[in-house]
Amino acid sequence: MLKNFADYVTFSLLGLQPGQQLGEALNFFIYDTLKIFFLLIVMIYLIGLVRVSLPVERVRSYLAGKHRLIGYFLGSVFGAITPFCSCSSIPVFLGFISAGIPVGMTMAFLLTSPLINEIAVILLISLVGWKITLMYVLIGLGVGIFGGMFLDWIKAERLLQGFARKIYEDGQHTQLEAVEAKRLTFKDRHKFAKQELSEVFGRIWVWVIVGVGIGAALHGFVPDNWFEAHLSAGQWWSVPVATLIGIPLYSNATAVIPVMESLIMKGLPLGTTMAFCMSTVAASFPEFVMLKQVMQWRLLAIVFLMLLFAFTIIGWLLNALY
Amino acid sequence: MMKLEILGTGCAKCKTLYDNVLQAVHCAGKEAEIVKVEDIPTIMKYGVMSTPALVRNGTVLFSGKVVSASEIAGML
Repeated sequence: MLKNFADYVTFSLLGLQPGQQLGEALNFFIYDTLKIFFLLIVMIYLIGLVRVSLPVERVRSYLAGKHRLIGYFLGSVFGAITPFCSCSSIPVFLGFISAGIPVGMTMAFLLTSPLINEIAVILLISLVGWKITLMYVLIGLGVGIFGGMFLDWIKAERLLQGFARKIYEDGQHTQLEAVEAKRLTFKDRHKFAKQELSEVFGRIWVWVIVGVGIGAALHGFVPDNWFEAHLSAGQWWSVPVATLIGIPLYSNATAVIPVMESLIMKGLPLGTTMAFCMSTVAASFPEFVMLKQVMQWRLLAIVFLMLLFAFTIIGWLLNALY
Repeated sequence: MMKLEILGTGCAKCKTLYDNVLQAVHCAGKEAEIVKVEDIPTIMKYGVMSTPALVRNGTVLFSGKVVSASEIAGML
């Protein structure tokens, strides 16, 4: 139905010819934007109904005192499903370590959070299919889990800012009270979900248009297989370069995933695409400047390099396997 | 006098909440001292992890969301 509408607008209303570059790009743009908007509205609302019972305070009391091995996994999973805006990173970080949660486990939460969320997953499934979605989610969780383990292994808490280290040390013998789950009626849930929908949608709709716009431009104007000819998997350097290019392109998953779809369709190898997208989303300067409040430069540099290294290796592996 | 503190690290949402609080106090016709708290250790002292949050006389009213002026007026 949406497809018919997109066809109608581009080819009948505007009189563009199928097969023409501009027509194809516009058709793709209209269809993708409508499809994504529709899915987002439905899904953000539905997920909001469930997510209202999972405030970050409850996650914290759940993670505190968990065995390390389970902790990294859970930290990462909660990072993916807990709602929180990136401006809360610092309070969340301090709140976690003040409850005696190891720095690595806390970072597992914070690293996974921008990479995986319901919006990213919805976009991925609808644009690139469930196989790549599954891969993306597993890689995102893996980056959180192993990144977290690594940070605890090098005793990252030594490299926190003074006051944050103090909070961490005090937290080692704090006993946290369990947070009771609140009873919620459907009306409460509906209210939260509605608010969440208008808030999230209001924030991201522009990004969807930007992302799909770039994707559509690539789709219409870059010749098929151009990437394959110029940046094929055989060129090992293309992966680290893609990762590096991703850093200054600070963006969120919403804008990047539509671009990802077009890159893959135009024959850019999967590993290179994945490395580029993940580095755009997870390794961003604004986020790191924020973390500077609680971490020393050395630790920030370690986290940054760790991410770049991880995305490059993942890119190479995927390119080698596919 | 009632003291209202808006906790937040300076993001857009915190700004919106601040404006809503101003409006709510005005509409409710109350006297209040309204302070913006951006200092992390102070925010932590209240045990708040998701910003923005609203604190009245040292008690956290809510956290992690922006609440409309009319709803805030109802809480005052």
